[in-house]
Amino acid sequence: MADLSINLAGIRSPNPFWLASAPPTNSGYQVMRAFEAGWGGAVWKTLGDPIVNVSSRFAALHWRGSRMVGMNNIELITDRPLEDNLREIREVKKAFPDRAVIASLMMEPKKHRWQELVKRVQDAGVDGFELNFGCPHGMSERGMGSAVGQVPEYVEQTTSWVAEVAEVPVIVKLTPNITDIRYTARAAVRGGADAVSMINTINSLMGVDLDTWYPIPHVDGKGAHGGYCGPAVKPIALHMVADCARDPQVSVPISGIGGISTWRDAAEFILMGATSVQVCTAVMHHGFRIVEDMIDGLNRYLDEKGISSVMELVGRAVHRYVDWGDLNLEYKVVARIDQEKCIRCNKCYIACEDAAHQCIDRVEADAGQPLLVVNEKECVGCNLCSMVCPVDCIDMVRVETGRPPQTWRERQMQQAGDQIVQLSDYV
Amino acid sequence: MSDSTTAWAGNRLQESIHRPLSEWEVVHEAHRCLYCYDAPCTKACPTHIDVPSFIQKISTGNFAGSARVIMEANPMGASCARVCPTEELCEGACVLDREGVPIRIGDLQRYVTDWIRDRGIDLFDRGMPTGRRVAVIGAGPAGLSAARELARFGHEVTIYEAKPRAGGLNTHGIVPFRLPPGVALWEVEQVERLGVVIHTGVRVGVDLSVEEILHKYEAVILAFGMGGVPRLGVSGEESDGVWDALEFIERVKEGGEPEVGRRVAVIGAGNTAVDAATCALRLGAESVTIYYRRTEKEMTAYPSEYAFAKSEGVEFRWLCMPVRILDDGGRVCGVEFVRMRLDEPDDSGRRRPVPVPGSEFTVKADTVIRAIGQSRRVELVERFGIDHDNGVIRVDDRMRTSHPKIFAAGDCVFERGKGEAMVVDAAEQGKKAAAAVHEFLMSENRR
Repeated sequence: MADLSINLAGIRSPNPFWLASAPPTNSGYQVMRAFEAGWGGAVWKTLGDPIVNVSSRFAALHWRGSRMVGMNNIELITDRPLEDNLREIREVKKAFPDRAVIASLMMEPKKHRWQELVKRVQDAGVDGFELNFGCPHGMSERGMGSAVGQVPEYVEQTTSWVAEVAEVPVIVKLTPNITDIRYTARAAVRGGADAVSMINTINSLMGVDLDTWYPIPHVDGKGAHGGYCGPAVKPIALHMVADCARDPQVSVPISGIGGISTWRDAAEFILMGATSVQVCTAVMHHGFRIVEDMIDGLNRYLDEKGISSVMELVGRAVHRYVDWGDLNLEYKVVARIDQEKCIRCNKCYIACEDAAHQCIDRVEADAGQPLLVVNEKECVGCNLCSMVCPVDCIDMVRVETGRPPQTWRERQMQQAGDQIVQLSDYV
Repeated sequence: MSDSTTAWAGNRLQESIHRPLSEWEVVHEAHRCLYCYDAPCTKACPTHIDVPSFIQKISTGNFAGSARVIMEANPMGASCARVCPTEELCEGACVLDREGVPIRIGDLQRYVTDWIRDRGIDLFDRGMPTGRRVAVIGAGPAGLSAARELARFGHEVTIYEAKPRAGGLNTHGIVPFRLPPGVALWEVEQVERLGVVIHTGVRVGVDLSVEEILHKYEAVILAFGMGGVPRLGVSGEESDGVWDALEFIERVKEGGEPEVGRRVAVIGAGNTAVDAATCALRLGAESVTIYYRRTEKEMTAYPSEYAFAKSEGVEFRWLCMPVRILDDGGRVCGVEFVRMRLDEPDDSGRRRPVPVPGSEFTVKADTVIRAIGQSRRVELVERFGIDHDNGVIRVDDRMRTSHPKIFAAGDCVFERGKGEAMVVDAAEQGKKAAAAVHEFLMSENRR
């Protein structure tokens, strides 16, 4: 069995699976249950000044029978008194000293108020802080959450206030509702963050009720934008994690968040630079028990790969995530259809015909449905056919171009060089 | 009304063999459909229902649109959802069949057609009147399909039907637990709502002369199907307790409960034989046995009907032919059979059964039901003066007969040895005949 324990900027936990700051970490009762189920850490539901919540709060994107492929919410930070939360944090830490308990914090943008909150919570024995600069709804209208996280200068300043008095590691949680997350990540590092976590939820409007014409979810007939999360946001989150992981100026560990539901998702985030991963929607859908397979699956995966510690997996794929200009223009793949496995649904044919490059032909067979045959000369290797195939019978196979690798950047350099050579003729 | 509401607790004759699906099941099944391009299910359907389209509409909650796709292609779509041998047609062709999990197309079609039937939504409009008049003889699946299409073209259509109720075998000849009469009658009503006039209880050639029809209408579609079950041609056939399977089923379909006794012998192994046999069991018979002169391989009952019969408890005896019906004071008490063996194939392509001399045996029976096919209406065909082969009307691939203004569709053109005459085939032929009639009338119009 591999060693799943991690150390994220000094925060240790027996496995990389943490609960994200959200409804599942609202109370000591819940976090205790989570730790009993095996979760390695929990980021407590954001502490701050008391708020009042609305009813209703959540909505889901269902897709062709799959429930909750996406979810959004308009719930705010904790609505429980700070004293209650701190008492429960102490109890949880006492019962589970080996687990990471991280307090998520949010406060009005005033130095003394932030520092006062940090000190009070620190006394409860937390292993770290996570500064909530990400909540896109409600709190942002009061100058908190993503209102801070969208402005690098505010991120840096607020982080520095906290770093000044924090005796435990400080993680800054970033909002994806920006143009380039590296700018806010760098600001957090400049402000003294020991780590960054991402992503918080994405601005969203889940839907419109076609009978009432109310937004979904609605509160007495009206709706407001909410934070989007769940499996559907995973690619967005993974990109942001990878972008920070490959940025030399974001030189701190990363806690990955966004659509992580299984050990496979977790392994992908870890490969792209996350040291821990945080989970919320999957738990809201299925309960804490899902961590059992996350641990089991990750363990077996590491064993299979001959890796003794999950920390060795962190960031191993980051160097392969590059700029478009660094991709090899001379690399070519084409689609190959396994005729034995093909069920003749013609999905690949119509996708290629209507939406790609018209390079799958239907060839009359002796009996039954026509065969589908790829015209490899025309195929650009876009992957679309293999994506729509319901039985995975299309492989993308590498074909030799006979030309050496060359990236766009190299080609530009070469062309520029040629021009310089040509110009030099006139000198 | 859906099957669930017509099912009477405790009345096994009315209790549908189709478990009503929930909307949840239907939508989830619809989500499984791959939405194939140029889909094999559509090609396998004789009426070419755009199956991926109707299923996609289920998945978007567009049930009325879905029903329209079905009924557009097949005016008997609600009946066919219950009686089609889907495992040999759409579901058999489904690309997921090879993975062992074909889409339950028939069940989805049944749900959608029930849904539209429950709501009384009109799916079609009659066309702009052309002033042309067409007669359709017979209000079964072929005649109704033809009439509906003609009405949509704008022609004035009159159907003449000998029975007191329209719908043909769908109304009279298929057991209620497979096809409740309400479904067939709803399909009739859909056609009537387009302005088609149906005169029931009118026997063409008896109550109304062929000459009058040919004189009064600019085109005629013959869709009068076949006659009753032919006689076995053995002694004792006139005894009480010997039934024509179609009359037997018709009695049940009208709400009657014919006396069947303890032991029932059914002669023949087509779908009507299975219907009669399962009906007899549900009427309370202790044992029902189907006797067939050929074997399991040659029988014309669909595999699903065969499986259904066995699941209901019907027994099968192969290679047996009745030679005599025994009676006790005019009341049937048994049947004498002779064993058969199979010889070389006959003109139907199936191996010909021949008796094995000296192999006679008798069985006890309180009821004998003959279900050995249907007779041809040779006399009626001849009154129209058109070419035929032993009563099978000769038509070209567009359902035109030898008479320029007479067209034909359905069982009356059905050739022997081509499996079972399917409702879905009749519906398609009706559509084709209507298209040919329309072309015929409109080309005349141009002159």
